[in-house]
Amino acid sequence: MTMMTGAEIVIRCLQEEKVEYVFGYPGGAVLHIYDALFKQDQIKHVLVRHEQAAVHAADGLARSSHKVGVALVTSGPGATNAVTGIATAYMDSVPLVIISGQVPTDYIGQDAFQECDTVGITRPCVKHNFLVNDVHQLAITIKKAFYIANSGRPGPVVVDIPKDVTAAKCKFEYPETIQMRSYNPVLKGHLGQIKKAMHLLLEAKRPMIYTGGGVILSNGAKSLTRLTHRLGFPITNTLMGLGAFPGTDRQFLGMPGMHGTVEANLAMQHCDVLLAIGARFDDRVIGNPANFSSLPRKIIHIDVDPSSISKRVHVDVPIVGNVPDVLEEMLRLLEAGSASPDADALADWWKQIDEWRGKQCMKYKPKKTMIMPQYVIEKLYEVTEGNAIVTSDVGQHQMWAAQYYKFDKPRRWLNSGGLGTMGVGLPYAMGAALQNPGSQIVCVTGEGSIQMCIQELSTAKQFRLPIKIINLNNRYLGMVRQWQEMFYGSRYAESYMDSLPDFVKLAEAYGHVGIRVERPEEVEPALRKAFVEHKDDLVFLDVITDQKANVFPMVAAGKGLSDMILSEEL
Amino acid sequence: MRHIISILLENEAGALSRVAGLFSARAYNIETLTVAPTEDLSLSRLTIVTSGTDAVIEQITKQLNKLIDVVKVVDLSESAHIERELMLLKVRATGKDREELKRLADIFRGHIIDVTESTYVIELTASAAKLDSFIQAIDSGLILETVRTGVCGIGRGERILKV
Repeated sequence: MTMMTGAEIVIRCLQEEKVEYVFGYPGGAVLHIYDALFKQDQIKHVLVRHEQAAVHAADGLARSSHKVGVALVTSGPGATNAVTGIATAYMDSVPLVIISGQVPTDYIGQDAFQECDTVGITRPCVKHNFLVNDVHQLAITIKKAFYIANSGRPGPVVVDIPKDVTAAKCKFEYPETIQMRSYNPVLKGHLGQIKKAMHLLLEAKRPMIYTGGGVILSNGAKSLTRLTHRLGFPITNTLMGLGAFPGTDRQFLGMPGMHGTVEANLAMQHCDVLLAIGARFDDRVIGNPANFSSLPRKIIHIDVDPSSISKRVHVDVPIVGNVPDVLEEMLRLLEAGSASPDADALADWWKQIDEWRGKQCMKYKPKKTMIMPQYVIEKLYEVTEGNAIVTSDVGQHQMWAAQYYKFDKPRRWLNSGGLGTMGVGLPYAMGAALQNPGSQIVCVTGEGSIQMCIQELSTAKQFRLPIKIINLNNRYLGMVRQWQEMFYGSRYAESYMDSLPDFVKLAEAYGHVGIRVERPEEVEPALRKAFVEHKDDLVFLDVITDQKANVFPMVAAGKGLSDMILSEEL
Repeated sequence: MRHIISILLENEAGALSRVAGLFSARAYNIETLTVAPTEDLSLSRLTIVTSGTDAVIEQITKQLNKLIDVVKVVDLSESAHIERELMLLKVRATGKDREELKRLADIFRGHIIDVTESTYVIELTASAAKLDSFIQAIDSGLILETVRTGVCGIGRGERILKV
């Protein structure tokens, strides 16, 4: 075995993990690693313009595939800039490995140039982190990092490497497998519990299936779709779970929660048995937990993370396990048994649901001269035939994209659901574009969010990423404006964006195509131009939309799910 | 309700701060926390005294188990267990107080381990509640310093926390 430097070992480990893209930004503490990167051509490095975007882009790559995203940043500000990206990935359980440089071991604690306690700063927002202070531990630590990131409930893992460790030499050995006595995620669900759950489901009069991001992360969408079709039950997918079940299917009731549909929210509220899968009953989904728990219903909860179960609401049948494994076991029990769902009760339940559906809660009034944002998403869906990978930032545009673009497949909808990080949309699109060449990649954003990582237009140019940016430009921080209108007596404190840049010229300045869209009849032609004529270019569509449009339905913070505010136009 | 949670932890740099950080990040109480390596130097044993509803305690044990460095977690208070805490108390010991303090220390099975003309240091090992009673029993004006280790606990009989 040949001796290798720590820097070479880092690169070899990434090669062993079949990493194709590393998103990063060089600096003093990682110069040895960049030098090792330079001397090989297996791993491609994507130079971002800000470390936050490096982590977001790695995150976007991971979300759009089943791979671990990798980011490489330097010590000090490199690491602190990465923190928002790490926390974003942590909240949505995205598998990432972030390699950060650190000052040399004998400088640690001396307030050295570009020193910060990266392990300390990132501790609350990582699944785990490591400081490697011996080159002999480097390979095994990176192996552990990948294993931890992508097993059990996935999450980001930081590996902090002092500069002297990247220069030190040792023999390279990469373990094939790893065993950790303190970390053994449970994958197979308890059969007794699964049988109990099946019994409850088959006895149910008003059953409901509610699934979250866990189904997508575990690649459980196929099993979920089969089971849901087999049972004939209504289903809702959370913001993080969209695409786990086909959005165009009749059994799909739309998204639940703060901006969920009437039918999804009322079915969540009034069901007698709720099957929750890879979801966590968070405040944006069930509203007030006391209100939610006040109605009698049995809850079955499948999750790989035991701490997600009975965290916010009491669960009657907990099942800890890997989602597809548990769902396949349920299907086997269904095939083997003779029992089937109560058809009469189910027919009544669907009648009730169809009545709720009849309210058509997502209807909005088109305007002759003003572009309604919902209309843009509907047209986007038509033009891309529902096949695009759609990323979004955070705010009204995010909700409209989630509500009006019907996702039929998993890993096509990338957004920051948990942390709600503005600025993720463009870097997510970069990661997704690199991982999925040939796919249509769309970033639905707003003029507020896009400016939080606008510098990445430069990266997108360097790597020729044909992203289509749909900027729903209402000259307001729309979601803030909506809350101020509804709950703060229309006092629009700091939610107006004055002196916006000319986005068309800005896009052109970065070497892209910019198109301004101001009238409803221009929307579709502009989209076609972007997706057909400029198929291979990054196109920035600056769509001037109605300033007063609000997202409906809406459950106000702290209210119960049946307490929905509907559009005045209904 | 008060719970005593015992943890086997990988004896690695920063592992303790993961546990302490978890409690502050999720707004759980820590009344006392003790930690030291075990006979197997790769493992530390932690004892945390905390309080909360059953639901909170369930979350605490689940969240602790989720930490990668945590090997095992047991809620000792779920069944028969023993708890002990060590206290060193420096008291003003002059005149007739000297005799009274000696007598009280004897009653509580404490030892006087340092004597000067004007002070005693009393060592007392007992349950946390017993230490509290001892402090109550002494005239508070005489107490100069109180040093307590925090609770450590162990299950009775065959209830063993080991890898």
